[in-house]
Amino acid sequence: MIENNIVKINAAPNNRPLSYKKLNKQIHNMINFKHKKILLDDVCGQRFIAASLQGNLEIEINGLPGNDLGIFLDGPKIVINGNCEDQAGNTMNDGEIIVHGEGGDVIGLSARGGKIYIKKDVGYRVGIHIKEYENKFPVIVIGGTTKDFLGEYMAGGLIIVLGLKFLPDGKIIENPHTICGDELGTGIHRGKIILRTEEDLEDKLGIGAKVDKMTSETEKEIRPYIEEFCQTFEIPLEMLFEKPFKVIKPISKRPFGGNYIGTII
Amino acid sequence: MSISHSIAPYYKVMIERDSCKKCKRCTTHCSYGALSYNGERIIADNSKCVACQRCVIMCPAGAIHIIKNESFLPPHGNYTRRIRNAIWAQSGNGGVLLSAAGNDREIRSIFDDLLLDACQVTNPSIDPLRETIETKIFFGRKPSKIDFKRDTMNPNKICLKTEFMPNFEVDMPIMVGHMSLGSISYNAAMAIYQACKELNILAGSGEGGLHPDFYEFGSNIITEVASGRFGVDINYLHNAAGIEIKIGQGAKPGHGGHLPGEKVNSLISQTRMIPKGSDALSPYPHHDVYSIEDLAQLIAALKEATRYKVPIGVKIAAVHNSAPIAVGIVRGGADFLTLDGFRGGTGAAPRIIRDHAGIPIELAIAAVDERLRKENLRDEITLVAGGSIRYSADLIKAIALGADVAMCSMPVLIAMGCRVCQQCFRGLCSWGIATQQEYLVKRLDVDVARNRIINLFHSWNEELKEVLGAMGIDSVESLRSNRDRLRYIGPNPKIAEILGVKHAGE
Repeated sequence: MIENNIVKINAAPNNRPLSYKKLNKQIHNMINFKHKKILLDDVCGQRFIAASLQGNLEIEINGLPGNDLGIFLDGPKIVINGNCEDQAGNTMNDGEIIVHGEGGDVIGLSARGGKIYIKKDVGYRVGIHIKEYENKFPVIVIGGTTKDFLGEYMAGGLIIVLGLKFLPDGKIIENPHTICGDELGTGIHRGKIILRTEEDLEDKLGIGAKVDKMTSETEKEIRPYIEEFCQTFEIPLEMLFEKPFKVIKPISKRPFGGNYIGTII
Repeated sequence: MSISHSIAPYYKVMIERDSCKKCKRCTTHCSYGALSYNGERIIADNSKCVACQRCVIMCPAGAIHIIKNESFLPPHGNYTRRIRNAIWAQSGNGGVLLSAAGNDREIRSIFDDLLLDACQVTNPSIDPLRETIETKIFFGRKPSKIDFKRDTMNPNKICLKTEFMPNFEVDMPIMVGHMSLGSISYNAAMAIYQACKELNILAGSGEGGLHPDFYEFGSNIITEVASGRFGVDINYLHNAAGIEIKIGQGAKPGHGGHLPGEKVNSLISQTRMIPKGSDALSPYPHHDVYSIEDLAQLIAALKEATRYKVPIGVKIAAVHNSAPIAVGIVRGGADFLTLDGFRGGTGAAPRIIRDHAGIPIELAIAAVDERLRKENLRDEITLVAGGSIRYSADLIKAIALGADVAMCSMPVLIAMGCRVCQQCFRGLCSWGIATQQEYLVKRLDVDVARNRIINLFHSWNEELKEVLGAMGIDSVESLRSNRDRLRYIGPNPKIAEILGVKHAGE
């Protein structure tokens, strides 16, 4: 079905969900017909949606996409009107994943580029081992809070956590929960994690990470992403600057360099 | 003098002063800084010598000899020189000792305790020079049975119901193991890929990405997706004959790769897709794989990402419970399974793990093959086995124990000039193999190295044919898992029992 240049695919025709293979095959067929905008309705847990898709595409998802949404993604924009499960944006190279809800665990694992914006809370091990390279720079922005192991092994890019709570009536308040779990930035050796909080983070830091104050340079660097995030999810920008930001940085580029010795024995 | 300085050098550099022409060639060739010229004569710092033999070969007068330094330590059968040296090194500097290449402990090889069968009288042998003996194999997942159905349009027509998985043909049951660009040099990698294309055999890319210059060899390369996901993008996935999820490596089971920042020059940066000078740390596990179910998910994801066009496999180190893990991997959808034994090589690994973790590949092949057969899964997958396949005898025995393909790396490096000095992790390889320094890399002539690899594997394949002919077998596929053609002569009957091999004379 095509409306306003948007081609619609029902992921559960007659209330019977398609397998991920069939659903992805339909998406590939539509791309082969040069369609650039695809709407997926009634998605119910199908995995690997949009795996390794390339180019200037837009995919909108109604329902709940399964694990590994957009794995190896290289360019397209995916908008989810709801929550997503684990490993969205796994090893992503480029593109955007916008989630108007919550995210699962291990979001953006090993991503090398692209943007992942999640409106509400996420689970454990988000942003593990994201890395930058030349013009590739992965950015993950979380509107709510995160659990343990945020940005573990981080090797570049940017993670921002805003600590907001979105009430059912549309009101946005400060999230009463702690902004992140323990083992924050364990083994980080490049990149930055920015947390909007007044909490003392020292006890939560993992090995190799340190807390730093926000500088005007860093603020300048993150501002475009925050502005875009606020615009996307209709958050008043000014409320974000009512609380201070803290920066998590690596202690060294070689956190474990001194662990090994090469003496000839 | 501090205690760390008192480690006795292993080697002694002997220079015949009468023959030495003082041309200083040795000083430029020694990349470890052991040789220098003091204005009067060549002097040697024995503590820096690694016995790589570069100076010995390059001396125009043949005036240099490296000998073992036997002096200094009082002998002790239990506290060996190596154990004492390790204690001195660690008490002096602290830290985890690094090592490279494969496990060098003198542990009895099970391959060496196996003997091959040959035909006499009751079944005729085959002359490989005059008759065809097939050494090609098909790589990928095969259906255990083939189903047919009636065509829906024409009920009189019968068509295939079974869907075939991607398979490809290789001409020899040999694969060059996974060595990343980073662990080995550009020239070494180029020689290996050129040779493998020429021979139509497989080579592994290692976990450090695939340089665009090597895309043209993609149809002979198995690329690796490891926990660091270095260099993994769509080009990497689409320029491979097969993709392997690297869970473990024989030299360092349970350990992540670690390429130090100083080795990450612009070439490595481009291939791994990380900034120059940045450490390339591979997390110990894949953080999206904590269970067999998760592994099945990653296998399915890679199949989806490559549109079901190439086989997707999994590599595990041979450890205590390899057999049940292998069953899980095959049931999880892997098209091939790679087993890497405890003697497998590495560019850099903690010595404690290289020397003490894992199990011998012979036992792992037999255990996995046996278990897969019991579960009716063996014929569905391709089993690749490595971890010290040193020469054709090991290759033949590995196949007879149950492997489809034998994987090796060290013989390839030795063919190119490696002297097995085990200093790969230092990046100073004087033969231009395990280094990224341009002046050293240039020493490795790609054409010469390529031809030597081709010669080596041609010879192995001919030897394989000789053995198959002597056994009266005309295809290597009939040798696979054919353990009745092996006999055990070692000291431990339990080993024969696990291998499913009779004792010689039985």
